[in-house]
Amino acid sequence: MADYETIPINTLFEIPALNPGAMKNSSPFVAAPLHQEALGFPGELVDDWQARAIEKLGELLKKSRALQVYMDSCVKCGACTDKCHYFLGTGDPKNMPVARQDLLRKIYRRYFTFAGKYFPKLVGAEDLTKEVLDDWYSYFHQCSQCRRCSVYCPYGIDTAEISMAAREIMDHIGKGQKYCNEILGKVHQIGNNLGLPEKALIHTLADLEEDIEEETGVKVRIPVNKKGADILLVTPSADFFAEPHVDGLIGYAKVFHQAGVSWTLSSYASEAANFAMFIGSYEQMKLVAERIRKAAEELGVKRIIFGECGHAWRVAYSFLNTLAGPFDFLDSDYPVPQHICEFTWDLIQKGELNLDKSKNDHMTLTFHDSCNVARGSRMGDSPGGQFKIPRAIIKACCNNFVDMAADTIGETTFCCGGGGGLLTDDLMEIRTKGASPRMQALKDVVDEHGVTHMAAICAICKSQFAKVMPSYGFDMDSVVSVHQLISNAIILDGQVQ
Amino acid sequence: MLSTIFAVLFYLATAVFVVGLVYRIQLYARTPAPLKIPTTPAPVTTSGVVVRMFKEVVFFESLFKANKWTWLFGWVFHVALLLVILRHLRYFTEPVWFWVTLVQPFGKYAGFAMLAGLSALWGRRFLVERVRYISGPSDHLMLMLLIGIAASGLIMKFMAHTDIVSLKAFALGLIYFDWQTLPADPVLLIHLGLVLVLIFIFPVSKLLHAPGVFFSPGRNQVDNPREKRHVAPWADALDTNQPKAKGK
Ligand code: SF4
Ligand code: SF4
Repeated sequence: MADYETIPINTLFEIPALNPGAMKNSSPFVAAPLHQEALGFPGELVDDWQARAIEKLGELLKKSRALQVYMDSCVKCGACTDKCHYFLGTGDPKNMPVARQDLLRKIYRRYFTFAGKYFPKLVGAEDLTKEVLDDWYSYFHQCSQCRRCSVYCPYGIDTAEISMAAREIMDHIGKGQKYCNEILGKVHQIGNNLGLPEKALIHTLADLEEDIEEETGVKVRIPVNKKGADILLVTPSADFFAEPHVDGLIGYAKVFHQAGVSWTLSSYASEAANFAMFIGSYEQMKLVAERIRKAAEELGVKRIIFGECGHAWRVAYSFLNTLAGPFDFLDSDYPVPQHICEFTWDLIQKGELNLDKSKNDHMTLTFHDSCNVARGSRMGDSPGGQFKIPRAIIKACCNNFVDMAADTIGETTFCCGGGGGLLTDDLMEIRTKGASPRMQALKDVVDEHGVTHMAAICAICKSQFAKVMPSYGFDMDSVVSVHQLISNAIILDGQVQ
Repeated sequence: MLSTIFAVLFYLATAVFVVGLVYRIQLYARTPAPLKIPTTPAPVTTSGVVVRMFKEVVFFESLFKANKWTWLFGWVFHVALLLVILRHLRYFTEPVWFWVTLVQPFGKYAGFAMLAGLSALWGRRFLVERVRYISGPSDHLMLMLLIGIAASGLIMKFMAHTDIVSLKAFALGLIYFDWQTLPADPVLLIHLGLVLVLIFIFPVSKLLHAPGVFFSPGRNQVDNPREKRHVAPWADALDTNQPKAKGK
């Protein structure tokens, strides 16, 4: 199988010794000209790439206060150096957040600052060479843009913003990443990341409806393109067939059914994910976001609800209004958009769901806070709702719940290792190693409290865990969807027991 | 001659400092933040953001979460520096303001705390492998500069006293354009020379973290994207290019 060693997980919370260059050769496949050009980027590395990269950096500095301030403000205090899961899992010093930033900062200093122009050696400014570009390509694709480092930085410097900018620059000189750019092409062409066409989608959902009826005896519908429905559900396309995602989708359907609301999916906007965030492209992100607005307008819905997906929720919660708003044609009694967990929790509080907790008694659960939900969004009315609401839902439908160590959840949660556009087979090594801090925290509660399953509310987390958990000695199906737990516990009206 | 050189340098340094800093702050203020990116959980009101920023600027809250030792050394150094600067106001005011007099005893010993904090921070740059890796020449030089300033100041205060009366006359003279002679005490000249360097490089060095912290979108944004639409001017222009530019 893999030709690399994962760090044995019981040594993890010791900060690794530096291992320079350990991950230098870990870089994803480069996007083919076809996929580049479909997004309006040059097909391959352009001849004058240096000049163009510097020009693009200059442009981004003018467009983003975050980038400008973050480039200037770092004092090299080192507070962030041991906070990145990719550093903890690899020991490669360039995976320390500040060192990752410095890959771009040294170019910024060289071409945009007084000190870097006249005293480059003194302030670590460097010319933009092929070696630097190679480092960019490797190490900016070893950042899942999880923002954990930014929690600890005294200036809130967010390496995610810097990775996004670097990827945007690389796209514009013709060195994009295959995985993200190919997927964005599919979203534009077909409507979702998986390239699942309308017909196949309708079939899949019909099959699911049958499954539910077989299980419960209740006709639970999963409507697509239903004009005049009240709610548009936008969910990651993995929910349509990947495990355990699909069990979550069944959970949403049951909740909607029980609530008696009219809802629909859209085949045109059959994808909640917005990979344009990963490549730092505002323009692409806007195009992808506008699909959702268009679907909502065409179907004439009153509300938009998002399914379980981490970065999709960040884009939805934090950016959708900016990118595709204002949503004044929707019902102003509800936030736009809403998270499925907000919807379900609301019903639970009103006592409208009949939940039999004992149905989940074969499991002891813990909950993995997904980074984009934890540090880039919110649920409910008050700060921190993104931590409380999913846990409240789990506790409402399960008897056995234990949290992992406090410094590995909540705002300091560890990334699953596959976020930020890294969920591709060509990055398996960094994905596996980056998962190790989470695996360590999980192992601790498995050993101490007999935890059997870890719930998550992110399509990427679920796919990533299902894939890497076996490397750490866990079953691939020990990761579950939160709404899968609801699905297990809910007793629908008229359900055969 | 010496006095003239120092007088001219002080005016020059002040000019560079003010112009450089105003330019930078302006740049930060004018550059738009296209998206809402506060590190959440974040305050949902402006007053909440004021509290968050206050805790960040006064107590270094995030650094405290990150690393207690770095926090301790860094915080001690900054607080001591503040006290020392306040104490120095007595050389620029006549009569000395009441509260500056109150600060004197604290400011006097804060110099030691400042030196201790700086030395510990510098020690980290050698002893902690990760911090050593990220430290460049300018990071070391900056600490040497500050240590030099603190040490020379302490020497004058506690060992080789300088002619403080003439020094104050010189300082006031700078302010009121009535130039006086600067005592030619070598320790004093070193102290002032290093301070000059610090003022000169402020706007072009990592000392920009001082204004920068106030402009960090990760910390100063209100978490209300669903309630209030946030659009940067350049992004707004993208909107009008599209057929769907309604409702604005
Ligand atoms: S954003 Fe996350 S992955 Fe990227 S450097 Fe920071 S901690 Fe590491
Ligand atoms: S915590 Fe912030 S200021 Fe400190 S080294 Fe990291 S990025 Fe730089």
